[in-house]
Amino acid sequence: MEHFFSLFVRSIFVDNMIFSFFLGMCSYLAVSKTVKTAVGLGIAVTFVLLITVPVDYLLQTQVLDENGALNQALLGGQDLTFLAFILFIAVIAGIVQLVEMVVERFSPSLYASLGIFLPLIAVNCAIMGASLFMQQRILMDPATETKAIGCIADSLAYALGSGIGWLLAIVGLAAIREKMAYTDVPKPLQGLGITFITVGLMAMAFMCLSGLDL
Amino acid sequence: MGKLFSKENQEVFSNPLNLNNPVVVQVLGICSALAVTSQLKPAIVMGLSVTVITAFSNLIISLIRKTIPNRIRIIVQLVVVAALVTIVSMILKAYVYDVSVMLSVYVGLIITNCILMGRLEAFAMQNGPWESFLDGIGNGIGYAIILVVVGFARELLGAGSILGFKVLPQAVYDLGYMDNGMMTMPAMALILLGCVIWAHRAYNEEKK
Repeated sequence: MEHFFSLFVRSIFVDNMIFSFFLGMCSYLAVSKTVKTAVGLGIAVTFVLLITVPVDYLLQTQVLDENGALNQALLGGQDLTFLAFILFIAVIAGIVQLVEMVVERFSPSLYASLGIFLPLIAVNCAIMGASLFMQQRILMDPATETKAIGCIADSLAYALGSGIGWLLAIVGLAAIREKMAYTDVPKPLQGLGITFITVGLMAMAFMCLSGLDL
Repeated sequence: MGKLFSKENQEVFSNPLNLNNPVVVQVLGICSALAVTSQLKPAIVMGLSVTVITAFSNLIISLIRKTIPNRIRIIVQLVVVAALVTIVSMILKAYVYDVSVMLSVYVGLIITNCILMGRLEAFAMQNGPWESFLDGIGNGIGYAIILVVVGFARELLGAGSILGFKVLPQAVYDLGYMDNGMMTMPAMALILLGCVIWAHRAYNEEKK
């Protein structure tokens, strides 16, 4: 239980998707002009992460790994990890489509607010990045490494933490940018340039949390 | 031969290098541009890998563009890119293992690099194979230039070395100079890239 909680908190504050790994930067910069849309995109990313990371975890441990149960049963134990990139991206693209259809069918109001962001998420590096980091962390020893992901509950905690960390970062930046509209920024620095420097300063603030260990 | 290097084709190749640079003007592919630039060597390897992948994915998609059904084009593009990235990642692991360890997941993340999807959607789906190939190389090199600039500045100021060789003489340190460890942190990558964008815009505005 302790490990589960530590993984969750670490992935929000210490291993923040934006501030320490720069994942999902493109949509982070493009969609952070107003707080309202930023919240929508943040929730959509968290939602998709929560589904794809555990699914990719099961695929990695059961199908791709040579000691996986399904791999043993169907193929007699062959190392298929070289297929990971293609399989993960196909799962992400497929699940994004599925989520879009389900949301449209059962909750038109949610679809109206999330709808435009969902197709964007298929090529958001935060989703693919979370799956690839999860793949690395399976190999770590859970007894010594707090970052290790040893079971499906761990992968869920990691996905939820990463999503919330991303949401926190995008909402914070959007709020700052809304206020910044009233300031006098030098002309060539306006827009993108000043946004980068703002994100850099936010990342510096988050660096203070890097010693956090639960 | 004359037609292959006509004026339009030269422009297709040279525009992304400066005026329409994928990183600082179109704001694509930022994630990896920031993450791999703490030293010069991984920045160069990453720039080369992305150039090869954009060029060949543009070429392949352009060759089969008329046979791809419109509804599933994103999946087709992703699969082509993922296959190329798998090949590149295996080559890197075989020949430059230490760099591939440094790049860690960012090689895999070339699949979701927005430059690739952007060029495939905006260019390769409408143009012939040769133009698309040139466009891919141009955008890849435009991306690599920014990576090298940021990687050079961060390694020089952060560790006083270039490509792992110490370039600042000991005499400078004796005078009281210190390496700025902050430069190797993620936060400074963002601020440096912000400054590169600032300089690029100011320069191009003056020319106009």
